[in-house]
Amino acid sequence: MDRGLIVALRGVTCRYPDAARDSLVGVSLELRAGELHAVLGPNGSGKTTLVRAALGLVPLVAGEVEILGRPAHTWSRRDLARVVGVLPQREDNLFPQRVRETVLLGRYPHLSLLGGVGAADRAALERALVACDAAALADRWLWTLSGGEYQRVRLARALAQEPRLLVLDEPTASLDLRHEMELFELVRTQVDAHGLGALLITHHVNLAARFADQVLILAEGRAVARGAPADVLTRETAAAVFEWPVVISAFEGRPQMIPLRKKEDHQ
Amino acid sequence: MKYLVLAGAALATLAAALLVGPANLPLADLASSPIVWQLRLPRAVLAFLVGGALGVAGTSLQALVRNPLADPFLLGLSGGAGLGAVAAIALHLPGPWALPLAAFVGAVGAMALVYRLGLVGGGELDPRILLLGGVAVGALAGAITTAIVSLAEATELRNAFLWLWGGFSGASWTTVLVMLAYAPLPLGVLIAAARPLDLLALGEEPAQYLGADVRRLKRVVYLAASLLTAAAVAVAGVIGFVGLVVPHVCRLLWGRLHRTLLPTAFLTGGVLLAAADTLARTVVAPRELPVGIVTALLGVPVFAFLLRRWTVG
Repeated sequence: MDRGLIVALRGVTCRYPDAARDSLVGVSLELRAGELHAVLGPNGSGKTTLVRAALGLVPLVAGEVEILGRPAHTWSRRDLARVVGVLPQREDNLFPQRVRETVLLGRYPHLSLLGGVGAADRAALERALVACDAAALADRWLWTLSGGEYQRVRLARALAQEPRLLVLDEPTASLDLRHEMELFELVRTQVDAHGLGALLITHHVNLAARFADQVLILAEGRAVARGAPADVLTRETAAAVFEWPVVISAFEGRPQMIPLRKKEDHQ
Repeated sequence: MKYLVLAGAALATLAAALLVGPANLPLADLASSPIVWQLRLPRAVLAFLVGGALGVAGTSLQALVRNPLADPFLLGLSGGAGLGAVAAIALHLPGPWALPLAAFVGAVGAMALVYRLGLVGGGELDPRILLLGGVAVGALAGAITTAIVSLAEATELRNAFLWLWGGFSGASWTTVLVMLAYAPLPLGVLIAAARPLDLLALGEEPAQYLGADVRRLKRVVYLAASLLTAAAVAVAGVIGFVGLVVPHVCRLLWGRLHRTLLPTAFLTGGVLLAAADTLARTVVAPRELPVGIVTALLGVPVFAFLLRRWTVG
């Protein structure tokens, strides 16, 4: 077994019940400890489905998924939650709650049925709050937080799970520049300092190219390209996938994409 | 601390229930009076158990259907139980257990029907369909109930109508023992599901990412909460607002985590219903109000206040 390998998808094809076509077609991915992979692609290209397939929430039509060397469908939800922390795109807050309670939910997979919250749980909770610069928010109500603070709290909840893999589904959608950069830096720090793996779904091509070790580009459920940002993010690929003319220019050794204006608009 | 307060409130309610009543007993005779031992005490204990069951069922169902305005009877159970009870009255089924059994059967029948409706693609229970299916099944049962009542004779009609509003005048130690034997299993199942229920408030997908087996959880919680409600309705009729208001009061006072919420909802529901029953049998003594009227008169203002708070906050 490849010791550093956290999650591997091999030729994964899947389809939602009652759907007319496959949502993913033959997608592969290998993510190791200490790596950050970004998943790019237009809306409806299968990015979120990829996460669900990797974590055993949609049945596979073909291919296989392994997490830490074990087939994904053999993991119980509780065991999986001890090694993978997820920030889903959307979640509800049905009843008012405080930040500390929210982050404590990250400890649930570690708690026994009858046991209470122990010293180890409290320590993990505080570490997660500090790591996400959210210790000062601990006693605030969730609904009083700004968008950036809220995402930091959710990341703290995922870190409180003490996972080996972080999965983030568009964590910076609707955040301003500073909060977006802070979140990307925070994730990169966790990956570098603690050897976590991270799978990041985003629409921000340029930030993905700056922060990620590997990039996977999806279009209509198929992997168009996979590899280091400089190898994958070419003018032809980007223009084809995003259906818009672009140029690629290098910044600090990473490719950066600049969309072009339509010709007739700037004569 | 909160448990001390609630235990104190429970004892005080129980004491009040034993002390007051239409038969004006001198204080010295209380301990030896059969009225206290055979009527007031079992009645107070039963009201407490039913109130607790409704509190816990309401709390878990609100978490399950992820709707803060859900009530244990919203899922069609009251309609089914009412139909069963009214059918038993109309058919003159004999014996003291005919009515509660018929009500229980009606409630479980409605539960099974709603459950079946709620199962969608791949055997997954859809809470939204549960809620709508419950309303539909309840309406259907209500229509049939009304049809039976409209054909019944006047005394039967009065009995059926009073039963539908709930009451504990038929309470006995046997009923208490039946409830004591029946309730611990569904109560235990729900309390064991306390932490996954916390997670469910985030939504089904996020709950799974935090380790909850949502598919199983939804089935277990729906069945346990419904069976608890079915027993409550069988022994006491339809008592509204306890299962709706108690969870909110407890959430406001002690937070939203179900490990605390479920036990406190049990105690609060018990205190509330035992107190409401004491009022129901004393305010117009020697006659009695159905206890559901008292809980509605007390519950509706509290609920209106909560609704306002919900929309403003």
